Amino acid sequence: MEVLQILLSESFWNATLRIATPLIFGVLGALLCEKAGVLNLGIEGIFVAGAMAGWMAVWLGFGLWGGLLVAAGVGGFFGLIHAILTVPLGLSQHVSGLGITMFATSVSYFTYRTALPQVSSPPRIEPFRPLDIPILSDLPFIGPVLFQQTAMTWLALFMVALVWWVLNRTPLGLAIRAVGDNPDAADAQGLSVYGLRIGAIIAGSALMALGGAFLTMSAFDSFFFGMVNGRGWICIALVIFASWRPGKALIGALLFGAFEAFQVRLQTQVGAAVPGQIFLMAPYVLSIFALVIVARRAEYPRALLKPWFKGQR
Amino acid sequence: MIRIEPRETPSRWWTFGIPVASALLALMLAAIPLAAAGANIFEAYGQMFKGIFGSTFAFTEMLTRATPLIFTGLAATLAFRAKLWNIGAEGQLYLGAMAAVAVGTGLIDAPGFILIPLILVTGAMAGAAGMAGPAYLKTRFGADEVVTTLLLNFIILIFLQMMLEGPLKDPMSLGWPQSSPIVDAAVLPQLIPRMRLHWGLIIALVAAVIAQIMLSKSVWGFKLRAVGENAAAALHAGIGVKRTLMSAAIVSGAVAGLAGVSEVAGLRGYLTTDLSPGYGYTGIVVAMLAGLSPIGVVISAIFIASVFVGADTMSRAMGVSSYLADLVVAMSLICVLVGGFVARFRIIRTNKGES
Repeated sequence: MEVLQILLSESFWNATLRIATPLIFGVLGALLCEKAGVLNLGIEGIFVAGAMAGWMAVWLGFGLWGGLLVAAGVGGFFGLIHAILTVPLGLSQHVSGLGITMFATSVSYFTYRTALPQVSSPPRIEPFRPLDIPILSDLPFIGPVLFQQTAMTWLALFMVALVWWVLNRTPLGLAIRAVGDNPDAADAQGLSVYGLRIGAIIAGSALMALGGAFLTMSAFDSFFFGMVNGRGWICIALVIFASWRPGKALIGALLFGAFEAFQVRLQTQVGAAVPGQIFLMAPYVLSIFALVIVARRAEYPRALLKPWFKGQR
Repeated sequence: MIRIEPRETPSRWWTFGIPVASALLALMLAAIPLAAAGANIFEAYGQMFKGIFGSTFAFTEMLTRATPLIFTGLAATLAFRAKLWNIGAEGQLYLGAMAAVAVGTGLIDAPGFILIPLILVTGAMAGAAGMAGPAYLKTRFGADEVVTTLLLNFIILIFLQMMLEGPLKDPMSLGWPQSSPIVDAAVLPQLIPRMRLHWGLIIALVAAVIAQIMLSKSVWGFKLRAVGENAAAALHAGIGVKRTLMSAAIVSGAVAGLAGVSEVAGLRGYLTTDLSPGYGYTGIVVAMLAGLSPIGVVISAIFIASVFVGADTMSRAMGVSSYLADLVVAMSLICVLVGGFVARFRIIRTNKGES
């Protein structure tokens, strides 16, 4: 009965979409990099950098949309470093990605501490507010769930459509998929494997940074240490779960958001019967579980993790 | 025209010189954030140096900090050599620490020469179990071990909180989530009176020597390297790839578990959720700086520990954020990656017409 009550409540579905938003950005970003053949484990650090940079830009007076641009730019910058290390230099994508995560995280923390040496409570910004669309926002049920989200959630949904369209309906998307599946053939057709891979990593990393920025600019209104808390890694698992398809990535992120929203509500109802940590663990356990189920059937981009050098077969 | 081509054999000079050069370059690059923070750069480096070599106490503190890094660096080395990406040393460290606390806080009343080996073995077993799981999921279901070990780190940390608020909680701690203290008999003794440096360092050094011998001299080490260099060829040559990966996972996890035992029984005496400031992740940098050589791990752990201890002292003296240390560590990893590339290739000038 309680379960049904939760599932029928507006707040549950609203929270589902809200919790899914950063994951949508992150999954799309990781998907774009991997479609071009490069795993980007820098995602966790790029989330932190996006959260910090976006928030700080707003705090310094760049405005909310200016903050998003700054966050995307910072994400793109870290993506460029990862791209240089893994594409022309062909270094281990695993180790390089972890290096980017450590680098982006420590740069962000250092910058934050240097700008704000000793503050007892972190300064706040005026974050994105839920949109109030005439008529639509007042619709029963659908209104609160869909039309009382912030602009960033809409941006995330738009990005799903955009990434899908670019990958599946444009020559550029065909080229990106080609360098991720068969770089030799792509090269023979005169495509720039390096250029396409580097471009895809930069764009994907910018998307990841927007996911981080959502945390400080929409979900909360200030920056905390450790606030990303593994969301980036969950996105890496979700990409495999989604078989590298933007539509499925959206579904994966929404399922995940729904699960999170559900467990928070269930926890308040079940109360002290179960230790709270069981609920906290659940998203990570769920990710591993999803990974195990799909791993064998997953259709990896065939050149994923394989460095490619021009003029060398 | 300039062209890049691989060297036939990377010279010995490079394999040693590159990590050292990378580490020094990363240290020099720290001048940029130092300047950005408005600190006097020379004074900052001076403070760092003082923080490491300024006194016997400072130096032993540095070695105390290097101890867990040797363990986690070895854990990463052993796994990475087989191309098994164990990123879960952080979680395995805590599993080891939990096992040590479960056994070493009064469950068994025994003298030290029984109790200390006992907590070492249980801790190692707990760590090994923590890596055997992801390795099983990899070999049986093809689940990527990078993602599973990363996610397990979070699961284990939450599990730790649950244990510290439940079965492992110290009844005397008044609501604070920490374990009961390790009984005196199970505490790893100090190496030098009145210094925090403890027997964990000796165990770590022994582990490094054993790992070096196993990797370079034993059949197991040969199989491990063969699987890491070319799994398909190893399989073709009749090496049990899955078995080898499982054994690498178990040994790697066990060593990471020892890091937890050493920290909790040698240094802290009780377990809290902040036992490790990311030693598991830093171990990856230690291993890469060492070029995945167990003896090299000892040297690079000492370097990284120096950065941490030096930056702490500098931070206290000059008010620059101690996150500088993490920044230097991350930059050393990136520098050594690029350096590794430089060592494997050479740039050749060719005349036009020839190619």
